[in-house]
Amino acid sequence: MTPLRLTMLALIVAALLATSLVQARDFSTPVASRDGRYLLSYASELQPLVINRIHRWTLRLQLADGSSVEGARFSVSGGMPRHDHGLPTQPIVTTELGEGIYVMEGMRFHMAGTWEIVVRIEAPSGNDTAIITAEL
Amino acid sequence: MSYRRILLAALGGALAATIWMWRPAQAPNWSPAEVSQIESLWIENLPPLPVDPTNAVADDPDAAEFGHALFFDTRLSANGAIACATCHQPIRHFSDGLRKGVALGMSKRNTPSIVGTAYSPWLYWDGRRDSLWSQALSPLEDPNEHGSDRMQIVRTVQEAADLRRTYEDVFGPMPDFSDPRRFPDKAAPSINAEHTAAWRSMTAADRTTVNRVFSNLGKALAAYERRLVPAPARFDEYAAAVAKGDKPAQRSTLSAEEAFGLRLFIGKARCTECHNGPLFTNNEFHNTGILSAPGDLPDRGRSEGLRLVRNDPFNCAGAYSDAPEPYCAELDFAREGIELIGAVRTPSLRNLQNTAPFMHRGQLDTLLEIVEHYDEAPLAMIGHNEAKPLSLSGRERRALVAFLQTLFSPPAADERWLAAPALVHGARPAFAEASPRKRSTDATAQNQ
Repeated sequence: MTPLRLTMLALIVAALLATSLVQARDFSTPVASRDGRYLLSYASELQPLVINRIHRWTLRLQLADGSSVEGARFSVSGGMPRHDHGLPTQPIVTTELGEGIYVMEGMRFHMAGTWEIVVRIEAPSGNDTAIITAEL
Repeated sequence: MSYRRILLAALGGALAATIWMWRPAQAPNWSPAEVSQIESLWIENLPPLPVDPTNAVADDPDAAEFGHALFFDTRLSANGAIACATCHQPIRHFSDGLRKGVALGMSKRNTPSIVGTAYSPWLYWDGRRDSLWSQALSPLEDPNEHGSDRMQIVRTVQEAADLRRTYEDVFGPMPDFSDPRRFPDKAAPSINAEHTAAWRSMTAADRTTVNRVFSNLGKALAAYERRLVPAPARFDEYAAAVAKGDKPAQRSTLSAEEAFGLRLFIGKARCTECHNGPLFTNNEFHNTGILSAPGDLPDRGRSEGLRLVRNDPFNCAGAYSDAPEPYCAELDFAREGIELIGAVRTPSLRNLQNTAPFMHRGQLDTLLEIVEHYDEAPLAMIGHNEAKPLSLSGRERRALVAFLQTLFSPPAADERWLAAPALVHGARPAFAEASPRKRSTDATAQNQ
């Protein structure tokens, strides 16, 4: 492969990476946790959200003053309050990317309507719960 | 007021009523939300077949040909008379018309259609397999179905010249199973104690060799089954007309009763909570309070299926997956919990024609009985019925049934895939006749 081709390839790869990072940083409006300790926002790999497809979310955890929260642990539950049932999967926060950004895997919705994702947060700065509402 | 005037008024009223009754049928007005719901069910919005990285031959045409032959071949069964097509009969949309499947014995559950199942992350009513190929292996060793064992199966393929040649065309040279000291006559990890003892007597490496060939047979069967997807039905013509706002086409495609049934389906009857998307299923597990058949214990459903799929050596994360580092999100992030007790997988509502009896143990005989069941929403025998009573009128129930009948259509596969291959071994007349005699032009247009 010629140096020119290599450079072009590298540029394409860099552009693709940058695009995916921009998409991953396209976060929702933050929701405040119950005790007001944290702000939690998410970016879905699927935009818009659709039913019946398993996918990842990226979470951003901040203190109320906007500073990033690192080293947090999460447990995820939720469901459709109007239908009295839970999530069809058990999502898990699997990876911490740094700067308050975390990857949550195993998201799937199996009905259109209003869903609540209940995220229990455990961090050095205290424990709290945030509820993200998603409309499909 | 004179009698004449009263008479004239009555006549005028009768005339107006007659004109009203005979008015031209109006296409219903759909709200933007309803249009969006109807479009979400339209087969035009069915995504391409999901890739299966765990099956390297999933979309290999030669593997599909081999799988097609295996599907109709009776030599893989213990008595030489059972094939996949014994229960999955093409003429019945790949089901069998029985309450529970019957092959060597009687199966525990109703035989589901396999049309469109390549889209499902889970197979079987309880989701105890997570791919078409791992599912296809299970009946071969089920004592009530093919009743065979994997050692005998791989040896049969090796010794039958036609099968061996086709196998090797797809998967390369087959290992040699002829040494009886290494490879017993019959062996498999199964409920048969002799087969299990023979299997345990083999070396781990030899067991892996047998499993590899055995799993390849499932992968070929899956390559065939992936070709069986539903063709557009009359409902889809209607959905196209709704998407275009073409009222005359809407009027000529569905009757007023059928369109009313559709309105109920996406609204009051709440069917799309589970029967959603272009295949009319979310492939998820729900307890809907369907009673056990007389003499049956309540079905534990998904709560048992999840345990089984996690322990299946042929699952997505197992050694026989073709993905170098398989990403098994459905398996890794499967949920547990009491909601799964008695929950079974939502079936597709496409192609219900010829697939009665319905439900996981064939408990209900007609579409009307199903609608009545959901209308009533009885208490579940075990677990919790997610459904709530619907308070439907008799007219509404009949309209829902009328709508379900607009979803009838044959598979969108070339006719040759819907019957035994010409030279298949053991193709009995029942299979030879198992091709729908008349097929719609839509289906032909969709040929793959």
